[in-house]
Amino acid sequence: MHIIETGNVAAALGVKLAGVQVVAAYPITPQTPLTEKLSELIEAGEMDARYVPVESEHSALAVCIGASSAGARSFTATSANGLLYMHEQVHWAAGARLPIVMCVANRAVGAPWNIWNDHQDSISQRDTGWIQIYSCDHQQIIDDTLKAFRLAETTSIPVMVCYDGYLLSHTYMPFEVPEQEKVEQFLPPFHPSYALDPSSPANLNTVTLPEIRTDVHGEMAHGYMEIRYLLQEDLRKAVQVVEEIDAAFQEIFGRGGAPLVEPYRCDDAEYVVVGMGSLTYQLWDVIETLRTEGHKIGVLGVRLYRPFPDAAVAAALRGARGVFVMEKALSYGYEGALCSDLKSALYDHIPDKSRAPFVKGLVAGIGGREIRTADLTDTLRSGLVGSIPEPGWIGIQL
Amino acid sequence: MATKSGTEQKPAASLTEIRWHARGGQGAVTAAKMVAELALGQKKYFQAFPEYGPERSGAPIVAYTRVSDAPIQIYAGIEHPQIVVVLDPSLLGIVDVTKGAPDDAIVLVNSEMSPAELRKHYHLKGFRYFTIAATRIAVETIKRPIPNTPMVGALTRITGLFPIDEVVEFLRLDFGKKFPPKVVEGNINAITRSYEEVQAE
Repeated sequence: MHIIETGNVAAALGVKLAGVQVVAAYPITPQTPLTEKLSELIEAGEMDARYVPVESEHSALAVCIGASSAGARSFTATSANGLLYMHEQVHWAAGARLPIVMCVANRAVGAPWNIWNDHQDSISQRDTGWIQIYSCDHQQIIDDTLKAFRLAETTSIPVMVCYDGYLLSHTYMPFEVPEQEKVEQFLPPFHPSYALDPSSPANLNTVTLPEIRTDVHGEMAHGYMEIRYLLQEDLRKAVQVVEEIDAAFQEIFGRGGAPLVEPYRCDDAEYVVVGMGSLTYQLWDVIETLRTEGHKIGVLGVRLYRPFPDAAVAAALRGARGVFVMEKALSYGYEGALCSDLKSALYDHIPDKSRAPFVKGLVAGIGGREIRTADLTDTLRSGLVGSIPEPGWIGIQL
Repeated sequence: MATKSGTEQKPAASLTEIRWHARGGQGAVTAAKMVAELALGQKKYFQAFPEYGPERSGAPIVAYTRVSDAPIQIYAGIEHPQIVVVLDPSLLGIVDVTKGAPDDAIVLVNSEMSPAELRKHYHLKGFRYFTIAATRIAVETIKRPIPNTPMVGALTRITGLFPIDEVVEFLRLDFGKKFPPKVVEGNINAITRSYEEVQAE
């Protein structure tokens, strides 16, 4: 069914189709109407789930951690400072290997107070051990939400589906709603290998010693370091799982095909612009303009940010003379996190350093600053002749 | 080459950009969305969105609609609207509703005045003004002072973006799913009346 709705509704319908059993959310700013829609669907009996309204985002994820430990398919959503307030539990969910899915409508973080779009909130969660996917339009939001549950349950790693606040979350655009029958074919019911059971009490994730030790059953048990190593190992392996799940999705629904990175006109490109989220699709138009002027330029959208698909990124940039990384977030005190990650991937995958492209980091749309297509075009046109005005923050007026 | 979400990329084509000025609660976002939904019926691409920010009843707000033959990949507000729709005439004195609009832009205002009277009253220069008594029509047909559907009727007439028959058919189907028949008929009357009664210069 083809419908017109906001990105938030696309996410909510994905959650409903996925047969989520527990939704926990804090309903006030910076929450988006996504969870309002879910509470409506549950209240109307269209969705058979328990909705737990909580007093804070920290509690929202704590409820999901409890529900997921008991074997329920669990979901929450947040934005900006709400995600930051959750931070301790974000780490916990990954360490506990719980397949929770969370949507993040990306918004700037305070101070100063700002409710508009940028990526600082989810980029700040980069090192928590969650898988992070960035959706670029409404179709991807609903499709990625469905894939996220299968991915989380296959890898026992929680997944964040990130999409641009307002630009996607509050904008009405058309998208296809998958049929329930096909969704059930794609996403079987959640059967965890272990779930809490009141008739057989257990302690989970209690103090774990630095060294390995013999457990109560007389078997050698992992120490904290082994448990954390396995999270890292499984995250690295998850890159391939993302590809496999996308292929399975494509077979059933006929959509998808670029789950790690989405290249546009990169095949013969001498210069490539790299970004995440809706910005990458806006850049398609920019690239068309620059191509008509004779510039060999392409766009690379990074769809999977953690685990970082370093090999795919480096492969897509092979042969490029220059790379512009355009970001809506910073690792304050250095540069954009994506820019650093990308440079690291090039260092690892291009053995001959004399053939590595130059990498120029750019910043755009911080705190919802309008990103005009004309400004992007002008900036890249300057970049092609090596004269982007410093500091490379598009549209800044000091 | 990967395709965007599996949809095919079509060549760039005509893009119509509409900017809506209203006060919170007058239904501008709903109207912006309704025009988008009508565009879907015409097999066109579209985007509808409010000005991003907090929404307060009674405060001046802006909403946008883009309609195009090709997929829309702009994620920014509309700075050069070909069409400006003003749902509340009191905004003319406090908001620069034609800011950035090209000289031949259409400005449709909810007002009891004729375009000539409106120009005189608000000292308006340039552009092409149209007026429609949308609030009165809404009160008489829908029984509520919400001018959004009448404005869509007038817009249909002026722009020719959609045939009026399809607008009526859309209301019958779409509103028919959500509202009782009396409300649906009221809205259809509102749209057809404003389609007829819109005043040109």
